[in-house]
Amino acid sequence: MNRRFAGQRRDVVSLLGTGLTLGATLICLGILAVILGYLLWLGAPQVSWRFLTAGAESDMFDVNKAGIFPMLIGTVARVFLMTLFVIPIGVTTAVYLTEYAANNSLLTRFIRGAVNNLAGVPSIVFGLFGVGFFINFIGGQLDEWSASPAPHWGKPALLWASLTLAVMTLPVVIVATEESLKAIPPGLREASLALGATKLQTLCQIVVPHALPGILTGGILAISRAAGEVAPILFTGAAYYLRDTPKSLSDQFMDLAYHVFVLSTQSPNIEATRPLLFGTVVVLLLLTFSLNWVAIIVRARMRRANRVGN
Amino acid sequence: MSSDFLPRLTMEATVPADEVTPPPSAPLIETKHLELFYGQHRALKGIDLAILEKRVTALIGPSGCGKSTYLRCFNRMNDLIDGCRVVGECRIGGEDIYDPKVDVIELRKRVGMVFQKSNPFPKSIFENIAYGLRLHGQKTKPEIEAVVEKSLRDAALWDEVKDRLNQSALGLSGGQQQRLCIARAIAIRPEIILMDEPASALDPLATTKIEELILGLKRDFTIVIVTHNMQQATRISDFTAFFYLGELIEYDLTSRIFTNPAKKQTEDYVTGRFG
Amino acid sequence: MGIHRSHRVRPLEWLAEQLIRLLSLTAILVVFLIFLFVGRESLPIVLGQMNSAAPQTVIPVEQFDSLPSERIRAYLGLSAKEFQSLNQETLKALLEIRVEAALEGSTNRDAGLNTTEWRYLLKPYQWSDYERPVYIWQPVSEVPKYNLVPLLVGSLKTTLAALFFSVPIALGAALYVSQLASPSAKELIKPAIELLSAIPSVVLGSFAMLVLATALQALTGSQFRLNALLAGIALGMASIPVIFSLAEDALTSVPVAYTQAALALGASRWRAAWQIVLPAAIPGVFAAVVLGFGRCIGETMVVLLASGNASILSGSFLDPCRTLTATIAAELGEPVVGSHHYRMLFLLGTLLFTVTFLTNVVGDLVMHRLKSGLEGRK
Repeated sequence: MNRRFAGQRRDVVSLLGTGLTLGATLICLGILAVILGYLLWLGAPQVSWRFLTAGAESDMFDVNKAGIFPMLIGTVARVFLMTLFVIPIGVTTAVYLTEYAANNSLLTRFIRGAVNNLAGVPSIVFGLFGVGFFINFIGGQLDEWSASPAPHWGKPALLWASLTLAVMTLPVVIVATEESLKAIPPGLREASLALGATKLQTLCQIVVPHALPGILTGGILAISRAAGEVAPILFTGAAYYLRDTPKSLSDQFMDLAYHVFVLSTQSPNIEATRPLLFGTVVVLLLLTFSLNWVAIIVRARMRRANRVGN
Repeated sequence: MSSDFLPRLTMEATVPADEVTPPPSAPLIETKHLELFYGQHRALKGIDLAILEKRVTALIGPSGCGKSTYLRCFNRMNDLIDGCRVVGECRIGGEDIYDPKVDVIELRKRVGMVFQKSNPFPKSIFENIAYGLRLHGQKTKPEIEAVVEKSLRDAALWDEVKDRLNQSALGLSGGQQQRLCIARAIAIRPEIILMDEPASALDPLATTKIEELILGLKRDFTIVIVTHNMQQATRISDFTAFFYLGELIEYDLTSRIFTNPAKKQTEDYVTGRFG
Repeated sequence: MGIHRSHRVRPLEWLAEQLIRLLSLTAILVVFLIFLFVGRESLPIVLGQMNSAAPQTVIPVEQFDSLPSERIRAYLGLSAKEFQSLNQETLKALLEIRVEAALEGSTNRDAGLNTTEWRYLLKPYQWSDYERPVYIWQPVSEVPKYNLVPLLVGSLKTTLAALFFSVPIALGAALYVSQLASPSAKELIKPAIELLSAIPSVVLGSFAMLVLATALQALTGSQFRLNALLAGIALGMASIPVIFSLAEDALTSVPVAYTQAALALGASRWRAAWQIVLPAAIPGVFAAVVLGFGRCIGETMVVLLASGNASILSGSFLDPCRTLTATIAAELGEPVVGSHHYRMLFLLGTLLFTVTFLTNVVGDLVMHRLKSGLEGRK
């Protein structure tokens, strides 16, 4: 009698469909594997202590001498500065949206719409914005007030690049923070308020500590996104070659991601400088991937913790 | 305090000797024609009720009848809901708590609340209770420690947790968590404790413990409890109010509500014919 | 019972709330400022106030000392500050250049044209030395040519190639991961595909330019190593994770009950996914594609590195092309602030901003419709 349930007929369409979608999935994974594998294979041998700590003093295209130390410093500096701007603003915006604003008020809808749109604006437009607003407008004004003979602020600078990136990554932080604020069981807020806590006390002592992992995730994702971006800093602060690492906020800087671009396009002998390029790429990838990885782990842990909390 | 909607109740409360009747006491919470709107929807349709001091008053009724909503009027938790509006009078100790001059924070210090779902903070057991104390200005460590211990003893939890005060409250069982929430509420010495189906998520054993606790707390606090469990209402409450579709149908001594209700609807409900 | 306010307001509370509200307005402010400052720089062109034509009257260098400095400043088109920062020798040199340009210009019949007018931006024009009317973007030349059509076509071409490549793959993967894969496989595959988005676009572009280009050229036998197809494929790789995660979200948000009902009727998992879940999630899938389009059209570094950057108009995918984004990235370093070339690049930015703004709005609207549809208001 069992035979009545045994598969007699092959459902060709289903098999084909499943096969095709599986194929698509494998292609996605294949792309990732090929790119990473190839770049790591060729780039990893180049990464050495000397490579990481040497400057580009003599010849930035000399495979045996050039290093990426100034670029590393530049990238870390711009990303760190960006974090200082984007975290406070992003987190407070998310707090306002979830804790204070009426859910469907016009203002809330406007802010949400703005955040959504900001997330879709091309990175090069942020670059234009940086030039038009930060450098020419704000920088120009500053120079006029300080009456400096040569442009001091009205030119590409570390500060402007960081601010431009902060504007670009604002939605990342807002969305991640909002998500984690929404994931807090409403009972916790009620419990605190019912004890006679004010909104601010509830926020500072219950809500934000509970949402901290999510806020952290947002910050890390923003950093990872910003670390690999070139377009917004092309004209707001990154420099092709500099003798020194940046000493002040108004200095320009060399940058890891921009250096990848420089090595790909400006090298006098692209074949000879390939190891340099791939070495730089590997360091950049390690940076963004490890950050993403940390974000994924923090987020998974947060989800588990929240489940226990329920 | 002339309350024309109370006569039957207060008179009854003074007279019969055969029933185990509590001695008379003054109404602590009074509402006069209290209405509550969610946007356009009228969730409470003019509730007149007086709740007596140091008594347990149970609010019963089928789900969606407005009993929880009514309870939440007393500490203005409904304020947190967008588009929620209260009309009419709600007095606690003679003061209109919806007066614009009222400080909600002060109000909530005096009207504690225990929720349906236990909601301890993701902190240690000690910190859960200390949180409310610190909010209200107690700073010194010995002071706080003393109150934490007393509250936990009052909530019949001390013996179970005294050795792990610094462990996370989330590690406690459901019943223990709920008793911790009660301890947290009584730690700041409110006058009134509101309980919104505090035992509905607990097993019978844990429920019994909570009920014993409530009976014990009656000496010091005025308790208003929402419950859908009618046996529970008979076991712990002195007075019972029956709500149906946003209206107060009947309010009386608990014994009377369950043995000799005045209204047909009440009788149908308590005998289990609907709801 | 003393519930009245002891202190009428809590100043700290009030202050904090105002501060929070103020900071949250930054998001709106920023969007507004982007539009304002990118748009502002391009406004003179939109309004037809710029003139790229060579000046008709020429001031000979000898008149430098006799004329008021204000007149010379205006003639040279310098700001007061710039004017101050330049010494006499430089100014004279600038005048000299103008004189020479005017002399040469007289031989070129196009020198007097204002090429920033809309008709030169959008329609073909037969420049002197050209045999027929052309669409051409050539900002750095004697007569700057700013035709936008080749850039628009370039952007569309790479984007289409990218979507042609990435949409089937990303949607197929999304369908497989959300409906067909086992939960444990899903836990592994999903983050892996999303990790693709962690590859910086400059790395993708560089990889395409150095590695992929060789392979593709061998495959297609194209004359050009770098071309629209290559840029499209690299761009596709960048947009796969975007389309994948949005589509996967949309598919996952379809209630499991739908699938279970279909399975209970004897459908295979594939049929349940294809015939029940996919149609229910189609608005979300559409939104994913729209937002993927926005991502492609706005991507810069990939196309800058892989497209070949030739601003010629061609219908072939095997020809090099140049996009709006790459043009900005390649040229913004050159022009003087406030010049017509500078403003033209900001015009491209405004265009990009508008296009992505619209795609976002469309994507959002469709996504909302999906959500409200699934919540039972259909």
